[in-house]
Amino acid sequence: MSKPTLTINGMTVEFQPGQTILEVARAAGIYTIPTLCHLKDTTATGSCRMCMVEVERARTLLPACATVAAAGMVIHTESPRIDASRRMVLELLLASGNHNCLVCEANGVCELQALAYRYQVATPDFAYPPDHPYYLEDNKNLIRRDLSKCIMCGRCVRACNEKQVNQAISIGYRGAHNKIVTRADITYSDSDCVFCGQCVQDCPVGALLELKAMGQGRPWETHKVRTTCPYCGVGCQLLLHVRAGKIIKVTGVEGAAPNKGRLCVKGRFGYDFIYSPERLTTPLVRDKKGGELREASWDEALDLVAAKLKETIAKHGPDSVAGVSCARSINEDSYQMQKLFRAVIGTNNIDHCART
Amino acid sequence: MTNSFADFAKAKMFFVIGSNMTEAHPVAATFLKNAVMNGAQLIVSDPRRTKLAEFAKVHVPIKVGSDVAYLNGLMHVLIKEDLYDRDYVERCCTGFEALKAKVMEYPPERVAPIAGISEEMLIDVARRLAAVKPAMLIYTLGITEHTCGVNNVMSCANLQMLLGNVGFECGGVNPLRGQNNVQGACDMGALPNVFPGYQKVEDPAARAKFEAAWGVKLPEKNGLMMPQMMDGLVDGKVKFFYVFGENLANTEPDIRHVEHCLESAEFMVCHDIFPTETTRFADVIFPAAAWSEDDGTFASSERRVNRVRKVSQAPGQAKPNWWIFKELAKRFGQEWASNSGQEIWDNEVSHLAPSLVGIRYSRIEGDGLQWPVPDLEHPGTCTLHKDGCFTCGQGKFAAIDWTPPAEVPDAEYPVVLSTGRRLTQYHSRTQTGRCLGLNDILGEETADISPQDAARLGIAHNELIKVRSRRGEVKVKARVTQEVPEGMVWMAFHFREACANWLTNAVFDPVSQTAEYKACAVQIEKI
Repeated sequence: MSKPTLTINGMTVEFQPGQTILEVARAAGIYTIPTLCHLKDTTATGSCRMCMVEVERARTLLPACATVAAAGMVIHTESPRIDASRRMVLELLLASGNHNCLVCEANGVCELQALAYRYQVATPDFAYPPDHPYYLEDNKNLIRRDLSKCIMCGRCVRACNEKQVNQAISIGYRGAHNKIVTRADITYSDSDCVFCGQCVQDCPVGALLELKAMGQGRPWETHKVRTTCPYCGVGCQLLLHVRAGKIIKVTGVEGAAPNKGRLCVKGRFGYDFIYSPERLTTPLVRDKKGGELREASWDEALDLVAAKLKETIAKHGPDSVAGVSCARSINEDSYQMQKLFRAVIGTNNIDHCART
Repeated sequence: MTNSFADFAKAKMFFVIGSNMTEAHPVAATFLKNAVMNGAQLIVSDPRRTKLAEFAKVHVPIKVGSDVAYLNGLMHVLIKEDLYDRDYVERCCTGFEALKAKVMEYPPERVAPIAGISEEMLIDVARRLAAVKPAMLIYTLGITEHTCGVNNVMSCANLQMLLGNVGFECGGVNPLRGQNNVQGACDMGALPNVFPGYQKVEDPAARAKFEAAWGVKLPEKNGLMMPQMMDGLVDGKVKFFYVFGENLANTEPDIRHVEHCLESAEFMVCHDIFPTETTRFADVIFPAAAWSEDDGTFASSERRVNRVRKVSQAPGQAKPNWWIFKELAKRFGQEWASNSGQEIWDNEVSHLAPSLVGIRYSRIEGDGLQWPVPDLEHPGTCTLHKDGCFTCGQGKFAAIDWTPPAEVPDAEYPVVLSTGRRLTQYHSRTQTGRCLGLNDILGEETADISPQDAARLGIAHNELIKVRSRRGEVKVKARVTQEVPEGMVWMAFHFREACANWLTNAVFDPVSQTAEYKACAVQIEKI
């Protein structure tokens, strides 16, 4: 059976039954339908109304992200009517909060800012934010929640409930009082939040932020390096945001195996130990048992260890030497250590913590 | 893992045993929860009512250390009710008759009191498992950290073979590994009986291969496993101890005993990135480059070799670990050619380990590859023993008897202590303890006890209590929670002062030498 077709911007394209107009458009190479509330792999809510498109013979504009494609539809993704609608939505969103980009951490990656630029919506014609203070909380030195920048897209809700399934975030209250809440509107810290930070990664604006990254650098000043998480055995793929040789933020690599952009609290926030002032920075030698450690050069420390190894092997044989490798360090380190033990020292007394 | 994490979101049935996945492998757990939200069935067998158990169709609160009896009981029901995969068993497996004879000794009426569950629940779980195919079995250290750990693992394999679930997407036997590169350290031959790629050191052909590659004569007999090394330090067989990146003085069972072993070393060398409880015993400490300060690879639970990349300079004079080993070899007159992680992998590892031949740095720039990868065009292996064609020929059933933990509660020490990890901290906190924010979430150890025990002993939530075993005692805050069943206390090993390993029992599985971290006897005392 042939696939159903529809027409989009004059092109006739096939689609899979059940696909949304947004999915059909993107599959057809049309990436210009703007979205804010849309979050891949989660339920479409159609709440932000940015992705409105014209479908001929439809009474109103329709949200592309939440409208299932139908055979024979004739769709236009750009038109003066659509532009006017999107511009109005942007004006309303910009008027709804404290969208001052000057010191916002999201400046440069903010999806609202990008759309305001695209549609050249400078200053809302409506009132400025109300003068009562917006809700702002800093949680555990990890996550800032600044609802003055929240556009109620609900992506954090779906990130928490549909991706990570931690079920900590929801939408509270009714109508104009709508608000993102954790439990019965308490702080992240006091709620069921486990600080995976998925909500921060999926927030399109600056309402949810990594506190450790604040003031550390602008998005365009960082370069991104893919690597593998150093904690459990899942092997999540991390994107390190690096500025001047220093990691300032970690996010998940979207689409990568196995984690598809998701991280946990350790993977996302457990990176700054490497900059601790307590790091060991020089070889240390203890001249006698129970004595103090003193600094030594690499040559002195390496020569000492080699000499002691030779002495032990000569006196007691190679099997009097034993070693454990590290299950946290790279493969290449473990390879070298077992090679040292087998090929140089001459013993198979090499193990690591896999068994304990 | 025989299977892949990608299966988690697609599977229709999960049997999770001894795995607190939402805390120890949180991201993997998200995909499992996604599947459950989409209608997959989840059976969680765990003494504790973990977060994951809240998502389960059935939570089976088996008693600590009853796993073999429980799994034999499930297989008893499957065979008795003819619910097992007869065709798969005949076609792909050997040893069925012996298995059958053994599990027939485990009828529900015998298993129920051992496992602390009802006969009905056991029968219900067996029927559920047989009703959905394939089912994915997932386990973690709740299975392995017992004196019968190897038997527990083999019982998991027995169950999955009996159900005909090994060798298929969304099936298999899937241990989730605790450390980022514990799989890799095994793959690299940091084990006393195998070279890289699991080639046996006692096999003359394997030795000849590595002797040719390394240009030396190699030792013929297996070496010591870690607990044997520790004993060797005390009895004098081991004089020189080399500890690379492990904090044994916190992470091994019975800290007092471990520290006695470490004190007994004639000479001890450590590589580390921080001073630790273990480096206190070292004669020489080498400062090492940390994660993100060196280029290399990790191998994950799903056998995927992933790239790790350098973005920061190691502080001061700290050096990559591979460089330190190379420099020591040089002082014995061996000049090793490889001079970077990539050269070590591309020029040595991938040539020596048959399952890694097809993996080169150039092929794992993006997503890594899952071994075995036998050649440079091979796409990697998502599922082992495909379609029940076992790598070793046929799947071997093992007839196994249940044995209780080495130390069980008695009148003096009436409570079971079981241990594990918590979400926000990692092991002995040398790393997570130095990350801003993580200590704000979890800043101290607790002893998790049931409301029943708390009421009986008059202990309030957050009250300081004493937990004592035959090895030692700790003062720790009580966390009164319904996660824990009556008669059990659960603790982690993240914080030195109240570390569970002051209490744990240094007894080991006779084959794997894995310690029984999951079961010992303690008493709880109100202060």
